[in-house]
Amino acid sequence: MQGITGHQGQFHTRAMLDFGTKVVAGVTPGKAGIKVEGVPVFDRVRDAVRRRKANASIVFVPAPYAKDAAVEAVEAGIKLLVIVTERIPFHDSLDLVPYARSKGTVVIGPNCPGLASPGQSKMGIMPNLLFKEGDAGVISRSGTLTYEIVNAMTRAGFGQSTCIGIGGDPIIGTSMVEALALFQKDRSTKRIVLVGEIGGTAEEEAADFIRRRVTKPVVAYVAGRSAPPGKRMGHAGAIIQAGKGTAESKVKAFADAGVPVAQYPSEVATLLASTL
Amino acid sequence: MKFLEHKAKEIFARYGIPVPRGIVASKPEEITDPPLPCMVKAQVLVGGRGKAGGIRPAETLEEARQVAGQILGMDIHGYRVKQVYLEERLSIAKELYLGLTIDRSAREPLLMTTAMGGMDVEEVPREDLFMEHVPAMIGIQPYILRSLAGALSIERDIAEQVASIARRAYDLFRKEDAELVEINPLIVTGGGRVIAGDAKLVIDDSAEYRHPEYANLDQDRTPLEQEAHDKGIVFIQLDGDIGVIANGAGLTMATLDALALKGGRGGVFLDLGGTDDPAKVKQAFELLIKANPSVILVNIFGGITKADTVATGVKQAIDEMHAKVPVVARIKGVNESAAKEILRSIGTHAAETIEEAAELAVRVKLGGP
Repeated sequence: MQGITGHQGQFHTRAMLDFGTKVVAGVTPGKAGIKVEGVPVFDRVRDAVRRRKANASIVFVPAPYAKDAAVEAVEAGIKLLVIVTERIPFHDSLDLVPYARSKGTVVIGPNCPGLASPGQSKMGIMPNLLFKEGDAGVISRSGTLTYEIVNAMTRAGFGQSTCIGIGGDPIIGTSMVEALALFQKDRSTKRIVLVGEIGGTAEEEAADFIRRRVTKPVVAYVAGRSAPPGKRMGHAGAIIQAGKGTAESKVKAFADAGVPVAQYPSEVATLLASTL
Repeated sequence: MKFLEHKAKEIFARYGIPVPRGIVASKPEEITDPPLPCMVKAQVLVGGRGKAGGIRPAETLEEARQVAGQILGMDIHGYRVKQVYLEERLSIAKELYLGLTIDRSAREPLLMTTAMGGMDVEEVPREDLFMEHVPAMIGIQPYILRSLAGALSIERDIAEQVASIARRAYDLFRKEDAELVEINPLIVTGGGRVIAGDAKLVIDDSAEYRHPEYANLDQDRTPLEQEAHDKGIVFIQLDGDIGVIANGAGLTMATLDALALKGGRGGVFLDLGGTDDPAKVKQAFELLIKANPSVILVNIFGGITKADTVATGVKQAIDEMHAKVPVVARIKGVNESAAKEILRSIGTHAAETIEEAAELAVRVKLGGP
């Protein structure tokens, strides 16, 4: 847990321990020697790896220091890195994400609620109470909207195998397509829920991947269907997106791939019932 | 952060990108010594101003003042023209295009160019567009500039100037935390010089903290949007009349979508984000009340943001402002029951689901229970 001594870091260390996560060490430069929720704190990620065998890290440090913290973790040999921090300048992510990937580190986020496998472990900030063990894999670009949908699933009796909050930033470590590929392989996942939103082309790429490679049933929700089109400055964005990126384009891409799309978040549970 | 053309050109010039000579004016009488003959250009934070009549030529000082007077105050795609830029008129032999942005899927910057610059670049056929990714970890390499120059099929001397501008634009893109650097048209003059005819620059809002020199630029926000921005609150005014406050962009959008499906329209989009400070919630809610909505719809899923923190902030704002606006609240998650108790005490309409909350908000707006 990088940034363990902060208010949020402390709160979520407790929540992660309660969920069953083995939180073996915290890191805050200058705070070595103290304990937070019984977890020993070190100055450097390297010390946490050497002394406590940490193999994954969750970054809670404020945006201006997040790149530094993440690179330190990768250099210390961390192979799974969850970056919760929001508002990291995307040029920092442009440096950091390809670098971490080139070193063989899996990055989730930035600007994400993290990962949770009910009954096993959680690296993130999702409220513990929402989850229930089950066979649905959840992939989401959003934070609280994920809670909303997982809550609706749990109430309707659909538990989760794993929930991956991939993050809402333009540059993210694990894409929607990569997360889909993981769930397609995962034996404990029998069905998949995708939570998307307007902007970018991740949903269109996911729909294409589902058509070609995913045999498990997938249902989706897309936020922003009523949003007015943004006022544009230049042409470059439009050239890259080539007509994609809108809610209509995403909903149509999913429909063409045979993925039903919910109108309300809670409707995801109803759609899941049809996959039984 | 979006930049007006003249401000963007000032930054371009700092990076050694050639720009025409020009002066800025916000009143015709401020114009005393424009570079003549000139183009009078509306300064607005939106594209498409040429087609809208916001760029016109002038031959003399009198004409420049007269044209400036006509353009100032114009409405261009919802933006009022507060400044004009008077720029030397160039002899144009050719109009190219150069753009830099990020490709989210590739996780890399993308350099784009075409020999068919000018208006409507997105209409240019794909095969006439040159696109090359730049590996951010390594930076722009000579091969990228070579293939760019080759793709444009222009004389060698011109191609070298374009390559130099591309390298400088990339330098600017990285150092200034830009989301977009765009030159359209990139003018080749009759004399064989390459000059940035226009300049579009957008800088990542999340990087504002390391560019304090741009903090006071006019972003054309409404007064309430500006007040919210100064307080660090995400607040966007829309066309409808129902105020929506939620936590997280996705949930806020989902709430607006539900409202639309139930026949309502969001008037304000307020994303509370992750806060656990009732004072900040109170500030946000006060802004919402000031926007004078017919109903306020609160939709909170508590996590980092505790539900009772939000309820406390809402109560404080309503009490202090003696607000009469009806409030529909749907609160879930951490400390839900405490939150519901507080909200009941101030007479809000409670809902259990997003659909229910949206329907109730529309009903309350129409005078129903």
